[in-house]
Amino acid sequence: MRRRDFLRLAGGGVAAWRASPARQSRAGTPKSGMAHAATPEGQKRLVVVLLRGAVDGLNVVVPHAEKAYYEARPRIAIGRPGAPDGALPLDARFGLHPALAALMPLWREGRLAFVHAAGSPDPTRSHFDGQFYIESGTPGVHTTPDGWMNRLLAALPGPHGPTEALSVGPILPRILTGPMKVANLSLGPAATRKLPIEKPEIEAAFDRLYGGAGALAQAYREGKAAHAELVAALASEEQAADNGAPPPRVFPAQAGRLALLLRGDPRIRLACAALGGWDTHVDQGGPEGRLAGRLRPLGEGLAAFARGLGDEWRNTVVVVLSEFGRTLRENDAHGTDHGHGNVIWVAGGAVRGGRVYGEWPGLAPAQLYQDRDLAVTTDFRQVLTAILERHLRLSDQALAATFPAPPAADPGLAKLLAA
Amino acid sequence: MRRARALYHSVSLPAAVTAMRRRYAALLAVLCLAMPPLYAKAAAPAPSDQQVLHVLNRLAFGSTLDDFYRVKAIGIARYIAEQLHPETIPEPFDLTLRLDQLGTAKADAVELRRLYGPLRPVLGVKPTPEEQKAQQERARTVLAEAQQDRILRALYSRRQLQEVMVDFWFNHFNVFAGEELDRIWVGNYVAQAIRPYVLGHFRDLLLATAKHPAMLVYLDNTQNTVQKNGGPGLNENYAREVMELHTLGVDGGYAQADVIMLARILTGWRLNTPDGRQFPNSAAVFVGSRHDYAPKIFLGHKMQASGRAEGEEALALLAGSPATARHISFELAQYFVADQPPPALVERLAKRFLASDGDIRAVLQTLFQSPEFWNSAGDKYKTPLQYVISAVRAAGVPVYNPRPLIGAMAALGQPLYGCETPDGYKNTEAAWLSPDATLKRIGFALALARGTLPLVATPAGSPFVLVSQVRPRNPVDPAHIAAIFGASLGERTRAALNAAPPGLRAAMILGSPDFMMH
Repeated sequence: MRRRDFLRLAGGGVAAWRASPARQSRAGTPKSGMAHAATPEGQKRLVVVLLRGAVDGLNVVVPHAEKAYYEARPRIAIGRPGAPDGALPLDARFGLHPALAALMPLWREGRLAFVHAAGSPDPTRSHFDGQFYIESGTPGVHTTPDGWMNRLLAALPGPHGPTEALSVGPILPRILTGPMKVANLSLGPAATRKLPIEKPEIEAAFDRLYGGAGALAQAYREGKAAHAELVAALASEEQAADNGAPPPRVFPAQAGRLALLLRGDPRIRLACAALGGWDTHVDQGGPEGRLAGRLRPLGEGLAAFARGLGDEWRNTVVVVLSEFGRTLRENDAHGTDHGHGNVIWVAGGAVRGGRVYGEWPGLAPAQLYQDRDLAVTTDFRQVLTAILERHLRLSDQALAATFPAPPAADPGLAKLLAA
Repeated sequence: MRRARALYHSVSLPAAVTAMRRRYAALLAVLCLAMPPLYAKAAAPAPSDQQVLHVLNRLAFGSTLDDFYRVKAIGIARYIAEQLHPETIPEPFDLTLRLDQLGTAKADAVELRRLYGPLRPVLGVKPTPEEQKAQQERARTVLAEAQQDRILRALYSRRQLQEVMVDFWFNHFNVFAGEELDRIWVGNYVAQAIRPYVLGHFRDLLLATAKHPAMLVYLDNTQNTVQKNGGPGLNENYAREVMELHTLGVDGGYAQADVIMLARILTGWRLNTPDGRQFPNSAAVFVGSRHDYAPKIFLGHKMQASGRAEGEEALALLAGSPATARHISFELAQYFVADQPPPALVERLAKRFLASDGDIRAVLQTLFQSPEFWNSAGDKYKTPLQYVISAVRAAGVPVYNPRPLIGAMAALGQPLYGCETPDGYKNTEAAWLSPDATLKRIGFALALARGTLPLVATPAGSPFVLVSQVRPRNPVDPAHIAAIFGASLGERTRAALNAAPPGLRAAMILGSPDFMMH
């Protein structure tokens, strides 16, 4: 392993990349990445961001060429590109919500793609069922005991260390639960504070208490290991990188920390963060307002994450998912109700972006799902499988272990990632 | 003597009162003889420490030293019977006194909106941004008082099962204090729509939550109006969640068409106008001009009533459905017995639910008598709220300032009244056990045991200033905790305790794997 890494390094690919202008422009960032040559060849990573509550994909990636869109949303539609506060231009058919301006550099670099009219084949409009299915990876099956990212972790080749998968936040989301060990970290302002058990005497006492084999003892040991890694990865770098001034809002701050942590620790292969507050039944707003207020920190956070990863960006794919989309028509309360199809966001150094993937079904009455919602033409598992196959290099067998009974591969997504 | 004394607070009493108690105890003994077998059993051999702890772990937020001895003395059957009738249990005087200090906790919904709601133009003059900000600050104090009210009751109420059921039902009928008006209404919602009904008939609870302005705002039914002039009018959010989460359950046999029908039935159930001109005494109203008066068939039933009564009829229909009985029974068994509740138990509870017309007290009676309940001791992982409250109750430290506890719950992922989604907080191990939470709980146990949490520092302006000056720190006596849990700790925990310095033992018990479970 080490030897092969060394050979690749010597082959010059990385060195050449390091000398690229993009990198030089970041020369002011201290110590970035290179202190950790442990991933020279590149441990491939996947980061999943779950938007709980069903984000309104039609106002995220706006189908501005559709008359039906503007007819159905007289008060909350995002204007066409060029109009005041209009969508940011993506292509002839689509534009981006203006609150996501922070992502436009990634789009222009071709490192951000969208798959529109994507989602789950299950017709549920229940948040909880919908979230269960995208996290279990088994639409329609209620009995799946674990999350697909946990199964993916088990299916990844190579020996398994203690902290290969990380969840941001105080609780573990279903998507990561299962037999494989997973750590979670709050990544809040207090994350790198000394643990209260770090006095030797106290630590010894609690080590004995938690010396058993049960789930609690395991969680205790995972927590200690993860905290130690976090401290090691962040303590010295962070202050310099941020000049001691973390971004004001929570998600950009967390995303920046997550980036530093991933860059510092090559063993982490999977990460997940969940954000709530997308269930905009009332006063959703247009270019400004409730949805815009949620999208802005998300966009800034993803941009901060991409920046913070430094060299590791090219080894990382970020997927942003939600349980289902929202109704085409706005409701009486200037909001939208539970719908069906949505948009999936895919970003990363190896993503062939600058394109909106997926077969667009249209928004004319006959094209809608159950007369009210954007139809689903791409199964969310098809997007994930394309990433697992081409980015994480999963074998067919490993794929089948991660997504039992998946839909057929979508040839349209074959080029979502650079080979 | 011990038995008679333990009925009350362990304070010394004048002789006359003690004599009265003796008479009372004698009377009680006579009553016991005349009672059916459940009560007779109470006089049977004293329960084991494990049984006492189990009943206090599940029917209460864990054991205090007082409760531990009291239940040992009066027996388990008697304790359960008492807890199922909270109205017969007097509350401690100092709890009542302290709840009275929370000025907004007793205000009604109209008054709360008038005093703390969003400011409105006066004679056409809009409030300034500074005024609005100050008003939002005031609204936050209303929420803070609602949180303190809840925490103080969980810690000190003798009606522990009632407070445990408040926890259960609040999560079942969750609302989120992040919404502007619900910030000021969530305390009123608990006081008016939840707590009075937690052991009553499910239908009454369902109707109380459906009509409370906090729910009308949270699940948007206040926006749900009849379609007129071809414009969109229905908001189906509440209609969907009331079937999926509150009553039938997601597999309860309804479809999208039923959601829309129920939304039509509930049109016109909404908030009062801010000035309350038409109905000055209600925060929630039924507005006929917003209601869809067309005849309707809902879940195969031809609706008999119309107007407001139509909604009541539909909700009563849902409350009495066998699917609802199963759904509620599953949730109760999950909360009180096991994350994966035994199907046979769920079935028995559902039968009792249907046979008793949704009498929650009756269902709980069946549950607490079930072998499944008694065989599940220590199987449930505590939620953050259960962990924090039970640790403080076990530690026996006085709490004049509950804010550090509210902060601890938030840090553990369960901010009080901060669950955004209508399914409320879960109570399963899968939802809460994590590496991060484990270390945070240990950190909390250490701070609590050392007495470094500012639990006695009082909020500004409170009458308890003297106490905070006298007792800035309040370390926990390990003997106090060992007296409760000594007999029930696992072997590994006991060995670790024996090997540890005495000053650390209270923290170790409260931070042990044993104490994370209940």
